[in-house]
Amino acid sequence: MKLSKETARDMLYKLYSARIFEERVNEMFMRGMIHGTTHLSVGQEGVAVGAIYATNKDDLMMSSHRGHSHCIAKEADVKKMMCELLGREPGFCKGMGGSMHIVDIESNNYGANGIIGPAIPIATGVALALKKDKENKIIIDFFGDGTSNTGVFHEALNMAQLWKLPIVYICENNQYGMSTSVEKTVSVPNIADRAVAYGMPGVVVDGNDVFAMMEAVGEAAERARRGDGPTLIEAKTYRWLGHSKSDKRAYRTREEEAEWKAKCPIMRFEQYMLKDGFKDDELKAIYKQAEDYMEEAVEYAMAAPIVSLDEAKSLVYA
Amino acid sequence: MAVITFKQAITDALREEMRRDEKIFMMGEDMGIYGGCFGITNGFLEEFGEERLMDTPIVESGFTSMAVGAAMAGYRPIVEYMFSDFVTIAMDALVNQAAKQRFMLGGQVKIPMVVRTPTGSGSGAAAQHSQSLEAWFCHVPGLKVIMPSTPYDAKGLLKAAIRDDNPVLFFEHKIGYSVKGEVPDDDYVIPIGKADVKRAGKDITIISYSYTLQKALKAAEMLEKDGIDAEVVDLRTLSPLDTQTIIESAKKTGRVLITHEGVQNYGVGAEVAGVIGDSEAFFYLDRPIKRFGGDFIPIPYSPELEAQVVPQVETIYEKAKELLK
Repeated sequence: MKLSKETARDMLYKLYSARIFEERVNEMFMRGMIHGTTHLSVGQEGVAVGAIYATNKDDLMMSSHRGHSHCIAKEADVKKMMCELLGREPGFCKGMGGSMHIVDIESNNYGANGIIGPAIPIATGVALALKKDKENKIIIDFFGDGTSNTGVFHEALNMAQLWKLPIVYICENNQYGMSTSVEKTVSVPNIADRAVAYGMPGVVVDGNDVFAMMEAVGEAAERARRGDGPTLIEAKTYRWLGHSKSDKRAYRTREEEAEWKAKCPIMRFEQYMLKDGFKDDELKAIYKQAEDYMEEAVEYAMAAPIVSLDEAKSLVYA
Repeated sequence: MAVITFKQAITDALREEMRRDEKIFMMGEDMGIYGGCFGITNGFLEEFGEERLMDTPIVESGFTSMAVGAAMAGYRPIVEYMFSDFVTIAMDALVNQAAKQRFMLGGQVKIPMVVRTPTGSGSGAAAQHSQSLEAWFCHVPGLKVIMPSTPYDAKGLLKAAIRDDNPVLFFEHKIGYSVKGEVPDDDYVIPIGKADVKRAGKDITIISYSYTLQKALKAAEMLEKDGIDAEVVDLRTLSPLDTQTIIESAKKTGRVLITHEGVQNYGVGAEVAGVIGDSEAFFYLDRPIKRFGGDFIPIPYSPELEAQVVPQVETIYEKAKELLK
């Protein structure tokens, strides 16, 4: 696959932004600048960027509790994301949602869910609406390996295939549901095998290969757009950091982590760009640009106001 | 004005709303050819087709969440459960998803959906098909809960629920489906959150809703024969609750009996009693507030016992008489 220079540059910027965002958030948690909890997607950025760039801007997306990379890939302004994590008024959800609920309906980001499972039927319901709209749009739905064990995963895939809904299911298999490995929780060798039960294609992809993601999601998206129904894509990847901020990662070895880090999706994308004629300095400049904007975002968010309790109460009912 | 059954009022409201707004569609089990478990959607398939009357697999959890998604994306789904007891299967979809999406998303979306479902005891269906679980949902910010007692209220409130931009639970008592009453021929809507004084009186207030309200009205007739003038307040909407009408009636009569089929412990009656106790109406009370709900027992299958564990006309009458001693 060959990308235009502009697209490659843009994708690298998104990959860097996603990585820097997570690292910055991690650091801010350590320093007590952010309260609550967060689920970081360091190491999984390739899944998000590859999948989003295989779809159109007016296609929709639904994400998971580990969703920062998806949001950044789908054009979310990190300033508004940072505000949301800090519970500030300019945040995407006015600070009512936090890390697990970054949603931007305007950019077709239908957001994340704090409960494992229900985002899949909700995304499937959005797909039902898209089918009724007849505007040729699709939705891609990101979720984790653990979610593929929930009842609603199976309920939703059955209905999506029955009604040939325009949706692409992307299971981001990062090898662990919190501390429990997929070997201990999933009864089949590949989660994509579960597609067989619903008569839809199941595809295993190297989630750390942006190009492989683009290809698989692109094909599934076209299939969905043609009215041929859903596809289940399993993107094999790895969560570099712990499940959430308190995780000491006692359930796996540092050697295993090193093996996966050697397969870093961003590093592989950089190699493609260098081969494509980009200079090392150009890449460094893109990184610097992402880093500078992140600092601006943190400063902006730290100074932003919070909503009043009265306004919060007014949001409960329409 | 035509006299129709409660069940017909529901069917009419659904049909008229489906004709009015293309964005409305229905999801549930066996709603098409079968017409739904209680025949509410008989004939709908011919008129509206499979796209707007979707027969789903038996997965309340999955299709309720799908309705949330479709509502987020601009549609107005109406979901039917065969029996209200099946809300347990869809609890996450209702409590964590439907009720909270708008708030968590900082107001970016509306969730205009209705879940309507037959409820209550009296049909010999035993403990898993006879419950009254409405109180659970009154405890959840983001949901509205409606439980009418007459055909007129059922039609007007169901239309209001469908036109509302929030998730609404609409409980229809399955024995109450046969209750008859006058319903206007023209389109009308009853505002959500307004109670109705079904019978004005001065000696005692009986507060109720759903099919138990019908029993309370009959009990009031028995009281009348004893020379007692009972006021009967129909809550109609349980959340948001019309506290003003409750307080005014309590102040007027000074004696309050609250009765419903749902289990008394932690039930709607407790909330209504709390509203009165928290207000100036407390100083007008001549007797302690009396709650009379369902016994703390799953609904038994045996018909004699099934009747004994929920309020009946005679037992409501007796409880009222005790308050008047």
